[in-house]
Amino acid sequence: MITRDEFRGVFYILLKDLRAYYFKPPNISWGILFPLVLALAFTLRNPTGLEELAPGLIAMSAVFGTTSMEAIVITFERRTGALERLLLAPISTKSILLGKILGGTVFGYMISGVMTLIAVPVFGMRIKNLAWFFLILTLTLLSLSGLGALIAVSVKEVFEAQTLSNYFRFPMIFLCGVFIPVSNMPWILRILAYILPLTYSVDAFHSLTLGSYTLVNMLFNMTVLSAYSLVFFILSDFLLRRSLQ
Amino acid sequence: MNLENSIEAVDLTKYYGSLLAVDHLSLNVKKGEVFGFLGPNGAGKTTTIRMLVGLTTPSEGSALVAGYDIRTNLVEVKRRVGVVPENSNLYDELSVWDNLLFSSRLYHVPRRERAERVNELLEKFNLRERKDTKFGKLSKGLKRRVVISAALVHRPQIVFMDEPTSGLDVVSALSLRRLIRELGEGETTVFLTTHYIEEADQLSNRVAIIVQGRVVAVDTPMNIKSSIRKAPLLEVCLSRPPDESMISTLEEIGKVENKNIRLWVETSNLTTALEKISQLAKQHGIEVTDVNTVHQSLEDAFVAMTGVSPESMKIEKERRH
Repeated sequence: MITRDEFRGVFYILLKDLRAYYFKPPNISWGILFPLVLALAFTLRNPTGLEELAPGLIAMSAVFGTTSMEAIVITFERRTGALERLLLAPISTKSILLGKILGGTVFGYMISGVMTLIAVPVFGMRIKNLAWFFLILTLTLLSLSGLGALIAVSVKEVFEAQTLSNYFRFPMIFLCGVFIPVSNMPWILRILAYILPLTYSVDAFHSLTLGSYTLVNMLFNMTVLSAYSLVFFILSDFLLRRSLQ
Repeated sequence: MNLENSIEAVDLTKYYGSLLAVDHLSLNVKKGEVFGFLGPNGAGKTTTIRMLVGLTTPSEGSALVAGYDIRTNLVEVKRRVGVVPENSNLYDELSVWDNLLFSSRLYHVPRRERAERVNELLEKFNLRERKDTKFGKLSKGLKRRVVISAALVHRPQIVFMDEPTSGLDVVSALSLRRLIRELGEGETTVFLTTHYIEEADQLSNRVAIIVQGRVVAVDTPMNIKSSIRKAPLLEVCLSRPPDESMISTLEEIGKVENKNIRLWVETSNLTTALEKISQLAKQHGIEVTDVNTVHQSLEDAFVAMTGVSPESMKIEKERRH
């Protein structure tokens, strides 16, 4: 049972992470610059068809916004002993991880939000259902932030977390339909694509911007992303608790 | 659980793979005492603390901390203990105030009491002027003060301190020792590990010595010191080193340690021994230049029980950092 104290613990860890790590000027400027540069690069490379590319760019911003900081924050705190301080507190490992995952999610909102704000006026992207868009973005960020946490608790060093993150980030960018539709890929890559959570985010963003979304399609993507969020969270908690054995 | 005890550990054991780090350790720590926990590096001190505060699960055995079982009621244990780790592990990017406030929130200090409690600690630890300084910008000594404040913010019943004065300059270490003593004078139980044996001697009501994961002695520093040498020790300084015949005659009085121009003589009667030594020295044409009674130190007891000198422990520890 999650008590009020546990909820408060989650909130204070989230607040502390935002203040201590995420909302630092270099991170904020990176958070704004990254999607700007990304958008500019694609505009200059090929000014046509950007509307179609925009959902993928938002998903890509979500990938970098969450995993880039999330994995580092946890491994950094493990190195400095600050994670131990949290483990000593009268709250569960689940609450600690949830606070951390929400920190990555908030930062991810910032970066994907900036990208969305660029994509609407500049790329002419239209979001046909804002509520679904918000829900899918939230689940995308939660699942990717959960993946960041899982990576972080699996390694000991900050550089290991960065390297391991890249093993997931780059395949996701190329396999999940950001640039090339999954249906156009060879069957073996399609299988790989369907293993990765971002495929379901990109699919949902595409149908939400093109107006081809259906309730069944949205519910399916929502369920898959929720399942990924839950699995990453449970696995991270298991590994964190195992490290205390 | 005996109500007079803060900690009761029974057969606490920890294996890391096949390595036995703590071997069926049993001890009781009384409420309100400063309990020194000493041992060579790698003896199992930190592992014991980690088990008692819930950072690692015992392989065997159990312990009651503040009346709660560390296996079944860890959250209640954590509510009642404060931990001062060896490394100052607060958040560099947050100010002293924000760090203490975060700790008070994490330990569920009621909202209306938080600011008052943090202010109280800032005052007590002389940190008021630094409250807006980022933790990362503080000196080592000030950092330790903040870390101790953070451990006390929720008024814990028991404070675990792992090498609290390690790496500090003399003035900061002295001031911290004064603070630990004040804590011990109150109702708080202090569980102190340190490789400064004299520090443990000065601060602790009782001391446990742990070797290879096992407790080899638990008693007051005074009793531990007297347990290694029953008879008083007389130190005699001579004008030149004594010869073998003089030493063998002296051994009739008691056990003799020859340290060149200094002799340590273990004797049950100081006055008679001193008279005999003066006579003997005169016969050998040696002048007695100084005489002292030597008090056994806790460090002597530590060396006798562990076979490790605290100095070598300190050097090894510093090398590891």
